[in-house]
Amino acid sequence: MTSSDSGPTAYLDHAATTPMHPEAAQVLAEQLARTGNASSLHASGRAARRVVEESREVIAECLGGRPSEVVFTSGGTEANNLAIKGLYWARHDEDATRDRVLFSSIEHHALLDPVTWLAAHEGARIDTTPVDRQGRVVVERLREQVESDPASVAVVTTMWANNEMGTVQPVADVVALARAHDVPVHSDAVQAAGYLPLDFAASGLDAMTVTAHKLGGPVGVGALLVRREVAPVPLVHGGGQERDLRSGTVGVALIASFARALEVTKQHQAATSARIEALRTRLVEGIVRVVPDAVVNGDPEPGPDHRLPNIAHVTFPGCEGDAMLMLLDAQGVEVSTGSACQAGVPQPSHVLLAMGYDDDAARGSLRLSLGHTSTEADVDRLLAVLPRVHERALRASLVRSR
Amino acid sequence: MIYLDEAATTPLRRDVLAAMGPYLGPTFGNPSSHHEVGEAARRGLEQARADAATVLGARPAEVTFTSGGTEGANAAVKGIALAEPRGRHVVVSAVEHPAVLESARWLGRLGYEVTELGVDERGLVRPDDLAAVLRDDTTLVSIQHASNEVGTVQPVAELAAVAAERSVPIHTDAVQSAAWPDHDPGVDVSRLGVQALSLSAHKIGGPKGVGLLWVRRGTRLEPLVHGGGQQDGRRSGTEDVAGAVGLAAALRLASAATPAAAEVADRRDRFVQAVITGVPGAALTGHPTSRLPGHASFVLPGRSGESVLLDLERRGVVCSSGSACHAGSDEPSHVLVAMGVAPEVAQTAVRFTFGRSTTDEQLAEAAEALADVCRAR
Repeated sequence: MTSSDSGPTAYLDHAATTPMHPEAAQVLAEQLARTGNASSLHASGRAARRVVEESREVIAECLGGRPSEVVFTSGGTEANNLAIKGLYWARHDEDATRDRVLFSSIEHHALLDPVTWLAAHEGARIDTTPVDRQGRVVVERLREQVESDPASVAVVTTMWANNEMGTVQPVADVVALARAHDVPVHSDAVQAAGYLPLDFAASGLDAMTVTAHKLGGPVGVGALLVRREVAPVPLVHGGGQERDLRSGTVGVALIASFARALEVTKQHQAATSARIEALRTRLVEGIVRVVPDAVVNGDPEPGPDHRLPNIAHVTFPGCEGDAMLMLLDAQGVEVSTGSACQAGVPQPSHVLLAMGYDDDAARGSLRLSLGHTSTEADVDRLLAVLPRVHERALRASLVRSR
Repeated sequence: MIYLDEAATTPLRRDVLAAMGPYLGPTFGNPSSHHEVGEAARRGLEQARADAATVLGARPAEVTFTSGGTEGANAAVKGIALAEPRGRHVVVSAVEHPAVLESARWLGRLGYEVTELGVDERGLVRPDDLAAVLRDDTTLVSIQHASNEVGTVQPVAELAAVAAERSVPIHTDAVQSAAWPDHDPGVDVSRLGVQALSLSAHKIGGPKGVGLLWVRRGTRLEPLVHGGGQQDGRRSGTEDVAGAVGLAAALRLASAATPAAAEVADRRDRFVQAVITGVPGAALTGHPTSRLPGHASFVLPGRSGESVLLDLERRGVVCSSGSACHAGSDEPSHVLVAMGVAPEVAQTAVRFTFGRSTTDEQLAEAAEALADVCRAR
């Protein structure tokens, strides 16, 4: 097989990061050219602050929150760290018997690792909530975990939609059961924000994480939405910016670009999500047609209570996902075996294992994720090279297992 | 307009923006992705790390990109202290930026003992004072390289030697000095003799939202941000490649920039002289010679600092009272108070900070504007 030179690559890894919307890129370039520290009192400082505050209003409006609830961070990972460590510290400081953190078994590492750190370093007791075969949190199990000793729960966290599977989580049910015991709930909505309508106020969540670069904004900026009544202990101390919850000179240009990206996303979200869902249908139907034993994982049903429109997670029995990834890359088709953070690390995905798959299935899978720039040509390009790639990957693992 | 507030933030250099360009467009990949667009982003990121390391005289693997100076200081102070190689005592100077001071105070709430070292009337930490407070359980010393408020450059190499005698790691906040790699001893980590150094891009002609923390190999560090394990687990989160490339370009440009730091320092001295001569009662704050080349700060006893600033801005001269984080606050500067300045005098502070492209003429105009403004009051 030779490397393909028939045109540009087909990028099917939008869940790792997605290209910037041209409007967001333009705002970034314009704002980078302007000088001003948003804390300065002179005109250039005031202008910078105005841009930050207007962006905060736009972001709040797009996500159903109030401007004062938007705390800017350097991205989703930092926002998750602030939420989970900050809420744990705040609740534990108030009452030392609150030492449990409940989290779903399919969280992103940006949530799993701070939770594990709380256990190792701060003495927290941590409990994972299992998921079903589609990758959805089993609410009844969470209910048992909470109700076994509600007073000891410091915080509950459940992502809005999973980054590997696209499965949408029962956030409303989680909030309802935690609320009954006045336990704060956080949700990592990094993957959901670009593709689903989110309403922070209506969700009843206490904190919610979003990031710009998954929805056509720049890398390096995100936000934690935090209800005003909730005061996590800060992760980053200093000048007291962002309601004292996150110190550091705010990145004016990054923030303005984030706001523009979110605004553009929201303007077109219904139409874009429908278009992407149709592309996904073409993708999964095509895959099963050319590789009949391929298995599409997660929730088959579309819709904001079921699955993100842009992610397809597929197991190719008998193949190594990593081998397929490399073979596809050589053909100009860019995909992932799971979350980008673990890509290349030969470990089966903790998400698939939590869903009850065995190591082999977990290793023989690909995540194909679409986005705002995806076209039928991208899908067709994958389908055109997939039969040969699959055959070669299958042969390679047969040779290895001999 | 004459912009004399570069200690708050600097204009982004055109060459820096040009270097960032590809990573905001076609090379948009996530550097953790194992396909071509991801690999291309990773190459850009690692080149930026290597370039930054070269300016610091360090190894690329010792450089961790952060979201800025505040995160870098938090990561260093909390990270080294929480790794607890020796005990639960930390030493900082009383004139640190809040990013360091508040990090140390947070450690205090966890049960660490925090010693805040005083300074002399010029803002200098005396090496003997440091030697006197170091203990067997001192786990970290953090002393800024140069003051954002009064420009004083600390004798970091001497302080580091004192700490080294007791094997205590020392971090230096180099956010303000990083713009002057040619101002002895620059940000060369081996000459400074420190174990950790943090800096920020937007103070040196780079973009906001990115900085770096350098930690000498072998120094233990507990990460501040946990997650996907990027940057060898030292700082999780998708790397901002465009930002890192911008930071490296800004550092590289700063180390080759003209005119030389010494020439800028001469300009500063002429400016200081003009202000002292033109404004009765004006006094330079901070050290007269051991100070940042582009930094002149004064107190104007008997006048209101805030209204002087407003009048100056009306005349097209943009400067500040001290730290931008502190702007608008009624509290006198903790730095000036630590230097023994009376609180009512501290409230009359005015700070002019500038770069290499600021001309003698602009500075003369600013000095004249200040004299006029003060005469009118």
